[in-house]
Amino acid sequence: MSAAAGSSIDLTRTSAADLAAHLAAGEVSSVEVTRAHLDRIAAVDGDVHAFLHINAAALETAAQVDADRADGATLPPLAGVPIAIKDVLCTLDMPSTSGSRILEGWVPPYDATVVARLRAARMIPLGKTNMDEFAMGSSTEHSAYGPTKNPWDLTRIPGGSGGGSAAAVAAFEAPVALGSDTGGSIRQPAAVTGSVGVKPTYGGVSRYGAIALASSLDQVGPVSRSVLDAALVHDVIGGHDPRDATSIPDAWPSMAAAARAGQTGDALRGVRVGVVKQLEGEGFQAGVKSVYHETLELMAAAGAEIVEVSAPHFEYAVAAYYLILPAEASSNLAKFDSVRFGLRSEVPGGTVEDVMGATREAGFGPEVKRRIILGTYALSAGYYDAYYGSAQKVRTLIQRDFAACFEQADILVSPSAPTTAFRFGEKLADPLAMYLNDVTTIPANLAGVPGMGLPMGLAPEDGLPVGLQIMAPARQDARLYTAGAAIEQLLEAQWGGPLWAQAPELRTA
Amino acid sequence: MSERPDVWAARCLRGTMSEITPERVAHLASLARIALTDAEIEQLTGELGTIIDSVAKVQEVATPDVPATSHPIPLTGGLRADEPGVTLTTEEALAGAPDHDGSRFRVTAILGEEQ
Repeated sequence: MSAAAGSSIDLTRTSAADLAAHLAAGEVSSVEVTRAHLDRIAAVDGDVHAFLHINAAALETAAQVDADRADGATLPPLAGVPIAIKDVLCTLDMPSTSGSRILEGWVPPYDATVVARLRAARMIPLGKTNMDEFAMGSSTEHSAYGPTKNPWDLTRIPGGSGGGSAAAVAAFEAPVALGSDTGGSIRQPAAVTGSVGVKPTYGGVSRYGAIALASSLDQVGPVSRSVLDAALVHDVIGGHDPRDATSIPDAWPSMAAAARAGQTGDALRGVRVGVVKQLEGEGFQAGVKSVYHETLELMAAAGAEIVEVSAPHFEYAVAAYYLILPAEASSNLAKFDSVRFGLRSEVPGGTVEDVMGATREAGFGPEVKRRIILGTYALSAGYYDAYYGSAQKVRTLIQRDFAACFEQADILVSPSAPTTAFRFGEKLADPLAMYLNDVTTIPANLAGVPGMGLPMGLAPEDGLPVGLQIMAPARQDARLYTAGAAIEQLLEAQWGGPLWAQAPELRTA
Repeated sequence: MSERPDVWAARCLRGTMSEITPERVAHLASLARIALTDAEIEQLTGELGTIIDSVAKVQEVATPDVPATSHPIPLTGGLRADEPGVTLTTEEALAGAPDHDGSRFRVTAILGEEQ
């Protein structure tokens, strides 16, 4: 139990919003808050392995925030609140490996824009979190540095690719974290760890300094234990960045204000909630379906209008995704060439091309090689139209499905993932089975619309967390926060507190 | 290595011809500059065939009348004014390089002896 000296609250189980209030009121210092989280990491991360690197300067950064506050400086709302950062994001002062051997120990010469914004907001980077190599995976089993364990059951996967960020918040090692979501890498880990995660509208958050996987799909977003905390982080990282050509130049409303608007007790009244017919049924665990339908009933009882909507092309989404993603990844990962950064394998007497081939053979793991070869095939002359071209047409059809659904509904819902957390090794040998984990989350990436995952209960058969996904039209991220906060409030009233309060205690070192 | 006739026939019956052979995987690996081992080529040949047969499903609905979408949120006018901004110094750019001479990245021979 990590509590600040002289304080009765457990700082590691306090939300970012409440930590910010305690810090602003001078009831606790950033050094105390940061130390509590570093102590928690030291106590449990040997088992959980959420972190790849701990920020050695965290306490010093926190002390500077405390000093500035003592001097009477006006500080941003989250000043002094710690945050964990997915290793896909470039950080000037910490290695950034994207979970790959090929970038082992690499310290970037610049910060990702989202990281620079965290620092400008005076948040305290705690460290870098584990992930599937280059974000390719749904379990962290493809990390070159070993898997992260699910804090609810250490024999099970924490989801992926952002299993490290999700496990860090679920294990109370950090109040909030950053993730990235290309096909569900924020929302699926949130689902299986009982936490909250948001994939913003494509272009809503800068990707400058995010090590690219698939550029037409990648999006950076917040990970937390509450909807309001995700919104507070979204407000820090979101908004236009001239360094990202895909960044939307529009002004955005406050997501925190949207989340607070959802906590008034009547925010779901009259909201048309579209239940996507194609995102349940076959392949979905019984307990996921039962918890999902109980949640829909709860929403209806709170005044939401539940409508069934149909997205007939969603069944082609996984196939389109596993053409578009490998194609773009094979191009993005060409930069790991043994010349400018990262690993170089020695080949006596070898040309630069020989060295390149040997380096990429040694530095990339099996899933990365599989997807690069698949992408190279999909883009080859003679196959381009049949595969990549067809996948891009499916993308149009999925966008049209979303447009039709949003004519009937204000938000769409589905389970965040078809099952609860599975056991390590269960799907590792069958790439297709692993790919099907993302059936619920991939459509939002293909269409660019925002999606949120939040906990909606425990599956009766295994007692593990089940996630609800909410989707909104592009640019309407605020709708997710209002609806999400309202649903969270209804559920927590039923549970008598947050779902994470029911998580088993971890062994502490 | 040629494919077993029954496997070939089964694939044709499913309406796809992914034609993933070890030779093709080896060629793709050379294009992608990954020096795969023979064991990896053999394993990937089987896996890629299965994956490609599965993702070929996109062809069922990708009819000629459907336009392609390359980018989910189309933006125009993304170019900034042509003004010097903050750039990396030479030292910063070279800091993560496996080898350099202080001003340039250093690599082994570009051309082999036969070239």
